[in-house]
Amino acid sequence: MQLQEMLRSMFHRSGEVPVSAQAPALPSHNLSFLKPAKQQGPSARQSRGLEQFFFNLQGRVGLSILDLAGASQQNIDFLTCLGHKVYSANVLHSLEECFGTDPSGQMNPGRIEYFIRSNFDYPPETFDGALMWDSMQFMGPALLNATVARLAEIMRPKAYLLAFFTVDDKVQEVASHSFRIQDDKTILVTDRGTRRTGQVFNNRSLEKLFGNFESVKFFLTRDNLREVIIRR
Amino acid sequence: MSSTPHRVPDADPRNTATIGKAVKVVGQIFTKEDLNVDGDVEGTIESHENKVTIGTTGRVQASVKAREVVIFGQVQGNVEATDKVDIRREAKLVGDITTARISIEDGALFKGSIDIRKPEPKPAVTAGAPAAPSMAPSASATVSAAAAGTPSSR
Repeated sequence: MQLQEMLRSMFHRSGEVPVSAQAPALPSHNLSFLKPAKQQGPSARQSRGLEQFFFNLQGRVGLSILDLAGASQQNIDFLTCLGHKVYSANVLHSLEECFGTDPSGQMNPGRIEYFIRSNFDYPPETFDGALMWDSMQFMGPALLNATVARLAEIMRPKAYLLAFFTVDDKVQEVASHSFRIQDDKTILVTDRGTRRTGQVFNNRSLEKLFGNFESVKFFLTRDNLREVIIRR
Repeated sequence: MSSTPHRVPDADPRNTATIGKAVKVVGQIFTKEDLNVDGDVEGTIESHENKVTIGTTGRVQASVKAREVVIFGQVQGNVEATDKVDIRREAKLVGDITTARISIEDGALFKGSIDIRKPEPKPAVTAGAPAAPSMAPSASATVSAAAAGTPSSR
């Protein structure tokens, strides 16, 4: 409880917009959080990371946005209504296809290359924005480094990447979610069960991971996520 | 090929051609009526004024151009629709989409880009101008396998 209160106070200091009464927060980290496949409907929550992502793109149309959460009507509608072109792929599906569910299988260089080719086979400097959502935390170190290096190539200078990472660096499994954009600062989050994490993350390791990018900005949310905006 | 529609309940049987699930077409398909694909197609499909439906058993490795494209099965190739692309839950599409409107159900697998292009507004008809010719589709099917082979049963 004390830890939760501490996190909450940190979060208020950082200017996080409270989640509305109609949009209950996701369960915090406890034992039940780690149980797989809770069948519940989507819950809406504010996302400072998403707000910042769209704030950085505002006033521009015809941008190329990569959405790696799999194609969804809401995300496509929202992005295309802003006048952007959407590129879609489902990274989590591809992770399972290439490596199975165990992150320890993500060290085979041939498979890593196949994964990169399957999901990021685009010309250099194609994208003005990329939405990775929470998929990066299920990648092992070798795969994640290769993915980040490839993203740096296919994103344009000054492009933005949005990624979510779980705050708790002690858990072996974290919830996987689907994310649907409701508006430029609200997402609908649906629990898709838990997965083994590929590695643990803290601010320092994330800054190191994105060392080749221009800047890394963190938003700590009340549902124990680090929302990270990375500028190419 | 048969002309018995069974995939689209509201289709008019007189104006719908079907590539049956035991049929494979390699080549170019041009049609002036709606088309259901329940078999295999490799090449191109063009039906500019009409609807193309890829059924659950349909496997298409082709670019598809039509007024409306509905996908239940598997497509590998670019899809271009002047009106709408409809990707259903069981569908798998790898390719780029250009369309005015898109509908995609949760569960569908899609990899590629989506470019929304609204149709250009039609120029206003001035008084005394001749009426545009009727674009009613021909009653006859014009599905042809032109390039690398003829339809064959599998």
